[in-house]
Amino acid sequence: MLKDKDRIFQNLYNDQGPDIASSQKRGDWVGTKDLIDKGRDWIINEVKTSQLRGRGGAGFPTGLKWSFAPKEVGSRPHYLVINGDESEPGTCKDRDILRFEPHKLIEGCLIAAYAVQAHICYIYIRGEYFIDGEKLQTAINEAYKKKLIGKNAAGTGWDLDIYIHYGAGAYICGEETALLESIEGKKGQPRLKPPFPALIGLYGCPTIINNVETIAVVPTILRRGGEWFASLGREKNTGTKIFCISGNVNNPCNVEEEMNIPLKELIEVHAGGVIGGWDNLQAVIPGGSSMPLIPKKKCETLTMDFDSLMAEKSGLGTAGIVVINKDQDIIKCMARIARFYKHESCGQCTPCREGSGWMWRMLERMAEGKASKDEIEMLSDVTNQIAGHTICAFGEGSSWPVQGLLRHFKKEIEKRNNLDPIVEKKISIPYLVDQHLFDKKNA
Amino acid sequence: MSLRRPAKDQPEIFEFNSSSLEAANTIVSKYPKGKQQSAVMALLYIAQKQNNNWIPLAAMKCIAKFLNMPYIKVYEVATFYTMYNLSPVGKYFVQVCTTTPCMIRGANQLVEACREKISENETELSDDKSCSWMEVECLGACVNAPMMQINDDYYEDLDKEKTLDILDKILKGETPKPGSYRGRVNNEPENNRKTLMDLKNA
Repeated sequence: MLKDKDRIFQNLYNDQGPDIASSQKRGDWVGTKDLIDKGRDWIINEVKTSQLRGRGGAGFPTGLKWSFAPKEVGSRPHYLVINGDESEPGTCKDRDILRFEPHKLIEGCLIAAYAVQAHICYIYIRGEYFIDGEKLQTAINEAYKKKLIGKNAAGTGWDLDIYIHYGAGAYICGEETALLESIEGKKGQPRLKPPFPALIGLYGCPTIINNVETIAVVPTILRRGGEWFASLGREKNTGTKIFCISGNVNNPCNVEEEMNIPLKELIEVHAGGVIGGWDNLQAVIPGGSSMPLIPKKKCETLTMDFDSLMAEKSGLGTAGIVVINKDQDIIKCMARIARFYKHESCGQCTPCREGSGWMWRMLERMAEGKASKDEIEMLSDVTNQIAGHTICAFGEGSSWPVQGLLRHFKKEIEKRNNLDPIVEKKISIPYLVDQHLFDKKNA
Repeated sequence: MSLRRPAKDQPEIFEFNSSSLEAANTIVSKYPKGKQQSAVMALLYIAQKQNNNWIPLAAMKCIAKFLNMPYIKVYEVATFYTMYNLSPVGKYFVQVCTTTPCMIRGANQLVEACREKISENETELSDDKSCSWMEVECLGACVNAPMMQINDDYYEDLDKEKTLDILDKILKGETPKPGSYRGRVNNEPENNRKTLMDLKNA
């Protein structure tokens, strides 16, 4: 288990209060000026040394991302945007940072804004977190009052204004370009990349977008050194991470732990074990709903970091762990996730808009045992038609959980759905053609 | 995609009152000059607050004029985002999360409670027109599942009995205390905390 002194979010459970006085006692805003005085290159280098990877799901190296910002500010101003549109089912880490550790985030904003030469920072918070956003606003007001942000922020000579922008219930706005569209006051539909936001982002200006947790850990990394952060976890998967353990466990909770911690330890030690005992475990979704599930036999030895989960054809994502025990119907669970994606598709690309609903309807039928044998293959094919054929990663996000189900629980589906195909398949004609038109009996 | 339609009965006119207008001007000032369109989401939200929790078409026209942008662009935004209610939902709007993490911890019991207390169907006003409910997608409080949101407040760690109790209170016009209903503190593991113990006992 990680030592308490190595935990970055000391106030994760709000033992001390989120106000500025107690935050300063915990070490926030101490020597911020000295850190910034060491210069842009030092900051970016230190973040690179720490091997910090983005905590929003994709795991892109943060230091590298910052170095993409143009070195000189041209005619267009730079922007820093913080992504707090946390909507991935199974994930509720950013909410705790917003309400209990807001000053870590604000200080991180100042450092990041300085590193990428931005004077304006927008924090995008999902609309449902209105109360938590208010708490962040209180913290921002405190910081303005103490002159930690605003003109000559914290005595560094750098000007920074921070504004909160609320979303309004669209999961897709967690995708960075959709988020930019949303800030611009449009529908949240992702943009094609390239051009990448680091060059052409918000209002067509260079924009760096980071997750709340990524930014909130930066001040501590700089204070304690990138080497310290890199010493936790393992190569390329360093540092600590807030894990959200939900579902069928005795004590669902958020906990900050070292990367590469065994999944079993997280569940057994911190979350009080699976309801009904470890043997009652059926599967685990390791990183928020878009990551493929992992069956019990692999959970024994699994360690939680980006690369080891990738090796299991899943991913760490946002580290929202959903534990599913044997009392649940796994097909029903996945059908509900498919319904989520059907509801949240932005409707821009046809494969995703139509495919997400198609997958949901098929899975609902499969859960009830009303699907025919050939539909299992069809479902697998639909997922492949979606993944990789859309503008943003939502296509992958919606089809991976279904692919995970098919990979590990195909037998379960087959057992329940052994109806004969409605139409005899003619090998030479792909199913996408309306086969019933060829079959007089069914026409 | 979700299908969203504006209500049939629409008021003729909508205008911001003075406090809304003040809030709207503050919000517009957050964005660079000429980019006032960015304020549209916040303005829709202000209009919704002012107009008893829903946005009539007249409000969209008013906002379009206020921000000097085409009406259709406002309509697009209002119909895209699911938190904008396009028809009356009552003073208390109950949203029950039923996505998988909540579902496997018994969110259907919360739905049953809503059916019993508020109305048989989703988005249908209760008898006294004060309240309505709907199933929504993940509200981002998964470790406190099952949970629901009433207006801005989160009610966490619920079961059927507790939900019935809360709904009784709001139907009487009271505001029950938000937060966990199993007596736990925020997101800590109940009775099983193993981290940051020095701070807890401090």
